[in-house]
Amino acid sequence: MEMTYQRLDDEVVIIVPTGMLGAGISPEHVRRGIEQGAAAIAVDSGSTDSGPSYLARGVSKMNRESVKSDLMVIMAEAYSAGIPVLVGTCATSGTDQGVNWTRDIAIEVAEELNIQPKIACLYSEQDKDTLKQKNKDGKITPLAPKGELEDDVIDSCDHIVALMGPEPYIEAVKAGADVVLGGRTTDTAVLSAVALMNGAGAGQSWHAAKIAECGGQCTVHIRKGGVLMRVGKEAFDIEPLDLENQTSPETVSAHMLYESTDPLRLTEPGGILDVTDAIYVQADDRITRVTGSVWNPQPYTMKLEGARSGPYQTIMIVGIEDPHVLANLDAFHDQMQDLLTQRIASGFAEETSDFDVSLRIYGWNGTSGQPVPAGTPPPRDVGVMFVVTAPTQDLANRMAKSCNPLFFHMPMPGHIELPSYAFPFTPADIPRGQVYEFVLNHVVHVQDGLELVRTGWVDMKKADNMERTHA
Amino acid sequence: MPKVKDICRHVRTKNAGPFWVTVDFFYKDFDTYKEYKDSEDLGPGLFARLFGTDPTSIKRIPVDSLHMVKVSYVRPNAQAWKGERDMHSGQSFVRLLDIDVRPSTSGSAV
Repeated sequence: MEMTYQRLDDEVVIIVPTGMLGAGISPEHVRRGIEQGAAAIAVDSGSTDSGPSYLARGVSKMNRESVKSDLMVIMAEAYSAGIPVLVGTCATSGTDQGVNWTRDIAIEVAEELNIQPKIACLYSEQDKDTLKQKNKDGKITPLAPKGELEDDVIDSCDHIVALMGPEPYIEAVKAGADVVLGGRTTDTAVLSAVALMNGAGAGQSWHAAKIAECGGQCTVHIRKGGVLMRVGKEAFDIEPLDLENQTSPETVSAHMLYESTDPLRLTEPGGILDVTDAIYVQADDRITRVTGSVWNPQPYTMKLEGARSGPYQTIMIVGIEDPHVLANLDAFHDQMQDLLTQRIASGFAEETSDFDVSLRIYGWNGTSGQPVPAGTPPPRDVGVMFVVTAPTQDLANRMAKSCNPLFFHMPMPGHIELPSYAFPFTPADIPRGQVYEFVLNHVVHVQDGLELVRTGWVDMKKADNMERTHA
Repeated sequence: MPKVKDICRHVRTKNAGPFWVTVDFFYKDFDTYKEYKDSEDLGPGLFARLFGTDPTSIKRIPVDSLHMVKVSYVRPNAQAWKGERDMHSGQSFVRLLDIDVRPSTSGSAV
């Protein structure tokens, strides 16, 4: 069916070139968005999905070269078009050092492109004293499944960030920023900011941003680049940046389900997006139109994320095809678990009793750790991973070494000589590093979206004004 | 008796933040959805048994327009704990596929 696309006459167009800065951005896609009258390029650069290690250490999951390559594309195109670039949750977790890491890449990109952008840095990492005072004032409340926040939990964190809403981005763009690099921000806030600033509907801006948060994930061909948000006062349209890609009401509405516990209501800084009555229709063969999104303002809260570092692990890996083992994998697991636990308990009794041994048999039940149904035939081959957890890396390493002979040679009934399981590396014990933990699931109540945010500036037009400090 | 994999065209699990896992049951069609969406065989007891979660904390939201049900449960250990095997809980759906399901009205208490 041929359909003629009717643009919303009050649209604000935002380019969302990818779901994650560093995943790869096509210059053609960005140029196409600019030709469509885009007011900004907005992109998320963070996630808690990959675990607490990145927040606890304040380092990026994405490598520097990939981030630089994407910034090169969007900063070049945006600067010549005279529109701002907004990056949310710099360096995976949005710590202050993550913002500065991204800022230094952006400066390098600007120098190589020979452009002079004004760069705003938004910092939302929180110091512990501020949070303890907020806690004392009753301004920090828990989200399920956590309880009241104790000060020693705040103290135990390596980094704590507060999730920003759109207000600091809007202030920075109004103050003339060409590039805004944000600390921890909700995915939706960085994408909705310029639409909200230009008077698009609040429900429409937030809903469009939620749909676009993972770039092409809401489209038919999820690996074909990002999307355009066309946001009006009463409706918004989602259009793939790639001319050969499509969206449909199904692909767009299904994205509301992604990674959220409630597909109809999304709590954001300053309000709740309610899509209970949203209607999704095909606007043409590539574009989906959505109406009926509602924004319900609420007292302003920012979610807190905190991570701390814990014990250390050392791992060892073997492969086993020996039928004496494969025929009795559960017995093998239990016997090995007992022997290794006893060996560490007696060998390290004078140093610590604080350790944990875990054996995961891949090819049998390594992924789930759950019992295998009776009668399951033996596999041809299994991989066994040994993980020991201890208070220091040195202890974990020594515990692993003490388990090494048993782990590689433990005989089973039927063995007429000592077996040697297939280990692929030497040394066989691999120090894996630290275990990290997310410990906060709380919100902090604030006067407005700017109270806990600091803004710093790097104006590359002024060579003598390169102070890279917090305001 | 049909199993989850017989009445759903797609089942998936995914972390929803570090403390929650969310399960999406996409039923084959609207009639199947209506027939099974409230089955007690897919009630809180199932998630407590399979995943060790607290059954009282479970959130369950049916979405008629997509003929799907979203169930979210609290992870017994937060993501990345020392015994972690699946950071995204992306493989947890497999444990659900072979669960026997009776229609909503005849489901037994669990």
